[in-house]
Amino acid sequence: MAILVYAEHDNQELAPATGSAVTAALEMGGDITVLVAGSGCGAVAEAASRTAGIARVLLADEAPLEAQLAENVAPLIASLAPDYSHVVAPATTTGKNIMPRAAALLDKQQVSDITAVVAADTFVRPIYAGNAMATVQSTDDIVFVTVRTTTFDAAEEGDTAAPVETVSGAADAGLSSFEGAALSGGERPELTTARVVISGGRGMKSGENFAMLEEVADILGAAVGASRAAVDAGYVPNDYQVGQTGKVVAPELYLAIGISGAIQHLAGMKDSKVIACINKDEEAPIFQVADFGLVADLFDAVPELKTELEQRGIQPR
Amino acid sequence: MKVLVPVKRVIDYNVKVRVKADRSGVDLANVKMSMNPFDEIAVEEAIRMKEAGTATEVIALSLGPTQSQETLRTALAMGADRAIHVVHEGDLEPLAVAKMIARIVAEESPDVVILGKQAIDDDANQTGHMLAGLLGWAQGTFVSKVEAANGSLKVVREVDGGLESVMLTLPAIITVDLRLNDPRYASLPNIMKARKKEIAKRTPDELGVDVTPRLKVVSVEEPPRRKSGIKVDSVGELVDKLQNDAGAI
Repeated sequence: MAILVYAEHDNQELAPATGSAVTAALEMGGDITVLVAGSGCGAVAEAASRTAGIARVLLADEAPLEAQLAENVAPLIASLAPDYSHVVAPATTTGKNIMPRAAALLDKQQVSDITAVVAADTFVRPIYAGNAMATVQSTDDIVFVTVRTTTFDAAEEGDTAAPVETVSGAADAGLSSFEGAALSGGERPELTTARVVISGGRGMKSGENFAMLEEVADILGAAVGASRAAVDAGYVPNDYQVGQTGKVVAPELYLAIGISGAIQHLAGMKDSKVIACINKDEEAPIFQVADFGLVADLFDAVPELKTELEQRGIQPR
Repeated sequence: MKVLVPVKRVIDYNVKVRVKADRSGVDLANVKMSMNPFDEIAVEEAIRMKEAGTATEVIALSLGPTQSQETLRTALAMGADRAIHVVHEGDLEPLAVAKMIARIVAEESPDVVILGKQAIDDDANQTGHMLAGLLGWAQGTFVSKVEAANGSLKVVREVDGGLESVMLTLPAIITVDLRLNDPRYASLPNIMKARKKEIAKRTPDELGVDVTPRLKVVSVEEPPRRKSGIKVDSVGELVDKLQNDAGAI
């Protein structure tokens, strides 16, 4: 068996999501090839080559692949895939965008967002917003899989570098063009990989009030997230959203502030190791999943939380 | 511009899902079913395009059991002009659905197909992209804004890092995200009028698509339950628990 893993990157840095996909691929078993597709992404391929357990890296470094448009990348994957038993990508927005198109080009039925590998052809995946877990077995001869990154630890760096080979021939399909991006960025840790996440909901009442959460986040070294309600209300940008259709997170600690806990939100955070919440409505469903719940007005409790953390000398880990 | 909008009948988003005792799936008997919320946003966008004069006709399409026609009636009541129902009892996988939509596209020649980014039952997030691949069309997925611009569409996509703008040549596929619009409620007069609109019936056989599932469902189980937690009385106690009991900070 041979497995092709699609690398997540921004042409400069290899994203940790790639390592999670490699770990899932290692559990499926077989020789692993990591495909780095982009433009000016040689350093990414070099970083990918140091991933423990992989056999080689394929570098497709060509202008039409720069923005990783699905129309241009999917044919590349489809042309390489027949040499492999599996094609695996992290279930990031990039992976989710490209993989089904590539699978369809080869008449394969993808298995989305797996959370466990049972056997090389059998996987567990959440359905109905994670309210049920389906175990499914693929009958395709090339198995297309996207991987929920929070349930697979990123593969470690190895002692030796795998060989990097170049593939060429990518073309511009002429169907779409990248116009630009407005990325939130910032100094804070990335939501999906942060050790601590503090999220605000509708109860925050405004975007300005998120500054309170940021102050706590700075003490804990946390990422800041939000419920759909807070994003829809325009308090924070879309990339803050945690939930069924937003980002799935599973940090060591999830602090839910002024979040009621709709099933769609719980779907994105209930695998967190420790969940704590502050909400003034003691009937809020968030209390049913929280390890520690405080019934309080967040506008009193959050500043108090900041002071308490400072007094105890809590530092980011 | 002609717009095709595929819509799926799914369990209502407010319903608490129960796994069947024999672990073969989830219990859908006597459960409220509705149009997939993302598909409602897709229908709304198509109707707005028609109201703005960009679209000339909006065709709703559903692939599923007899009752899917209720979902199509909802789309018609919202403002779709006519509907097509590919009748199939039993599960359909995204690839099979995409193939059937591709056949309908060949017959109807729409300029744009607008779909929900994912269905809230199987959470697969595949059908639109697969359709785009099969047709060789441009795809704009997870879209929160659409603008028509001389024979192309400019879309804003919600991605992990923020927002991304992409220009799509027509014909194109769009899969919509939550913040594209707020779908309207159908008014009573429009619901009455929708009863008279045409729903053409088709079958997978007629479309020449083999819908045999590629994925075998081995079992469906309840997710692991979290053990119930405790309520604390003060911020001090909360921090104490997080620091000393849970070791999380």
